[in-house]
Amino acid sequence: MPRLAYAFREAWQARRSQTGQHDCGPQHDLALGEEKASVQAVGGQGTGEQDAPTTIDAAEKAFDSRLTPKKRLFLALALVLVAFLSFMLGKYAMSPLEVVQTVWYSLGGDLPAPDPARELVLYNIRLPRILVVMMVGAALSVAGASYQGMFKNPLTSPDLLGASAGASLGACLALLLSLGGEAVQLFAFIGGMLAVGMAVWLNKFVDYDPTLGLVLAGILVSTLFQSGMSLVKFMADANDKLPTITFWLMGSFSAIDRTDLVRCMVPMLVGFALLVSQSWKLNVLSFGDEEARSMGVNTRRTRLLVIFASTLVTSVSVAVAGIVGWIGLVIPHLARAVVGPNYRVLLPTSMFIGAIYLLLVDDIARLLATVEIPIGILTAIMGVPFFVFIFKHNMRGWR
Amino acid sequence: MPALSARQVARGSNPLRPQGQSAMTPAYDGSLLEVRGLVCGYGKHHETEVVHGASFGLDADEFVCIIGANGCGKTTTLKAVMGLLPAKRGEVLVCGQDIATMKEAERAKRFAYIPQAHTPPFPFSVADVVLMGRTPYINRLARPTAKDCMLAYRALELLGISHLAKDAYTRLSGGQQQLVLIARALTQESDILVMDEPTASLDFGNQQLVLSRMRMLARMGKAVLMVTHDPDHALFCADRVIVMDKGLVIREGTPHECITTEMLHRIYNTDACVVDVEVAPERTARVCVPLL
Repeated sequence: MPRLAYAFREAWQARRSQTGQHDCGPQHDLALGEEKASVQAVGGQGTGEQDAPTTIDAAEKAFDSRLTPKKRLFLALALVLVAFLSFMLGKYAMSPLEVVQTVWYSLGGDLPAPDPARELVLYNIRLPRILVVMMVGAALSVAGASYQGMFKNPLTSPDLLGASAGASLGACLALLLSLGGEAVQLFAFIGGMLAVGMAVWLNKFVDYDPTLGLVLAGILVSTLFQSGMSLVKFMADANDKLPTITFWLMGSFSAIDRTDLVRCMVPMLVGFALLVSQSWKLNVLSFGDEEARSMGVNTRRTRLLVIFASTLVTSVSVAVAGIVGWIGLVIPHLARAVVGPNYRVLLPTSMFIGAIYLLLVDDIARLLATVEIPIGILTAIMGVPFFVFIFKHNMRGWR
Repeated sequence: MPALSARQVARGSNPLRPQGQSAMTPAYDGSLLEVRGLVCGYGKHHETEVVHGASFGLDADEFVCIIGANGCGKTTTLKAVMGLLPAKRGEVLVCGQDIATMKEAERAKRFAYIPQAHTPPFPFSVADVVLMGRTPYINRLARPTAKDCMLAYRALELLGISHLAKDAYTRLSGGQQQLVLIARALTQESDILVMDEPTASLDFGNQQLVLSRMRMLARMGKAVLMVTHDPDHALFCADRVIVMDKGLVIREGTPHECITTEMLHRIYNTDACVVDVEVAPERTARVCVPLL
C-alpha cells in the first residue's frame, strides 16, 4: 500500500513539474513590444521567465485555500472531545472510564458486564441525541452559510425564506389536532418545504433582481405563516394545547430517540451533500447574479438547488428539535473568521463548528437546572454576546 | 515572404498559453463575433425596448469601443451580446454559432465579462477571486487543479499584480480591484473580453493603468469589446469605434473617423473640439476638449 501511494506521488510530481516547464515558456515576448517595459516598470514584479522554476510552487502556495492540517486536526479533535464529554454528562453521570468500559464491553471486549441502565442510557438516549444534535448544528450552520453567500448578505439566516415559520405552523397544526409525535414532525417538515416553495413561486412575479425578489417573497411568506401560527395559538385550548405548542416552539432535544435519528439521517445527508457540491458555485454567486452567469454558472439552477437543500435540512431540524435560532447566523461568521470566506473550506468548517457549538449548548441545557431548559432560549441568549464578540474583533472574515 | 508583424503573430492567440496550445476556437473564417439586427430591452415581454437595432462585428484581434450618451443602450447591447439578456429580435453569432443556443458554461468560454470594480460581501483573497475565472472549466465536484492555479497566477503576473495574490480583494484600491477582475477574465480564457465602463469609478492614474493594460492585452491577441462614456478613452485605445444613439448604431469606423466635433455634438448634445496635440516629438495624440 505505501509503495503504491509513493508511486502515485512520484507520478503526480513528475506531471506537475512537466506542466510547469511546459507552461512557463517565454510566450510573452512575441507580442508585447513596448508594452512589456511598462509592465515591469509599473508592476515591479518579474513577468515570468526568469523565475520559471519557482513559479508553479508560488502559484500553488498563493492559491492554496485548503485548511492547514493543524486546523483540521483541531476541528476533528474538538468534535470528538465534545461528543465524548456529552456522553458523560447528564442526570445519569458517567465517568470517562465508565463510558469507555461500556463501549469496550459492547464491542466484545473482555470485561465484566456493566450496569444495564448505563448501557441503555448510553445507546438509546445519549447516542441518538448526540448524533441528532450534531446534525442539527451542522445543518443550520451550513444552510446559513450558503444563504449568506447566495443572498450576498452576511445577516441572512437559514429561515430567511420562511422555512422556520412554515415548519412552526405545520407543527402547531398537528399539535392542535392532537396528532402524535411523528405527525408533528411530518407536518413541520411539510410546512417548511411548503413555505419556501411558496416564496420561490411568488418570486416569479417579481421582475427585477431575482435574489432581492426572493428576500421580499420570503418576508411575505414568513409573515403569512406567522399569522397563521398566531391563529392556531388563538384557537388552541389555553390549559392544555397552548403550553404544549409554546414549549415545542422553544426547541428541545429531550425527546430524541433512535427512530428520530434514523428518520432525519437521510434527508440531512442528502442536503449536506448537495450543498457541499455547490460550494464553488456559491463562491461565484456571492459576486452577484450577472457576474456569476458570465462566469458560466447556471444561476437559476444553482439557486434552486441551494434553496432546496437548505430548506430540506432546516425543515428537518425544526421538525426534530423545534426552533433553534441564531445558530445559522452566528456559526458561519465564526467559521469565516477562522478559515476565510472560500466556500470550499467554509462549508465543512461551518458544519464542524456548528456541531461542536450546539453540542456544548445542549450540554448546558441538560445540566444548568433540574429541569431541562429549552435549547432555543439558550442559543438565543448565547448568540448575542457571541455576535458582540465577533463585532468587537474587527468583524474578521467580514471585511 | 515578408516577416510577420507582432500583431499578425498574436492574432487570436491566448496570452496565458504558449503558441499553438491555445484553448480557443480552431480556425474560423468569418468574424469572431457578429451581431445582426439586435433588438432588446427589459421586462418579461420586452415592454421597454432599449436597443432598436444594432448590427456590428468584432474580429479576433480587435479592440472595439462602443460610445454613446447615457441611456442610449450601450450596456443593454453588451448584456444581450453576452447572452445575459435575451434578444427580442436579431441574433448574436460567435464563430457562426448563435449564443441563444449555448449553455452558460459554453458562453463563458466565449465571453469574459469585466464589470466595474465593486465590493463583494465577503473578503475573498485575490487568489480566490482570480481562480473563479476557471468556473466554466471546473466540473461540479472537482476543485481547481494546479493547472488552474498556474493559469490564474500567470494572469496576475501578466498584469503585474502577482504580489497581491494573498491579500483580501475587498481591501484593495479601486484600480487594483479592477486589475484583479481583468485577471479573472483572462483566467477564463475566453475569446472576447467584454468591459462595461471599467474606468468609471477610477481616478486619473488608475484609468490610464487599466486602459493601458487592456491595450496590451489587445496587442497580445485578445478581442476586446468595451463600452465607455469617454470618447478620449476610445481615441486612446480603440481600433474601431461603434457610435450608438437612442438605441441605434449610427456610425462605425476608426476612432478618427467617428469621433469628430459634429458627432460629439450629435450624441452628447454638447460643444467640444477634437484636436491633435503634439505630446512628444513626432508623436501626436487626438483628444476631445470640451468648450465650456
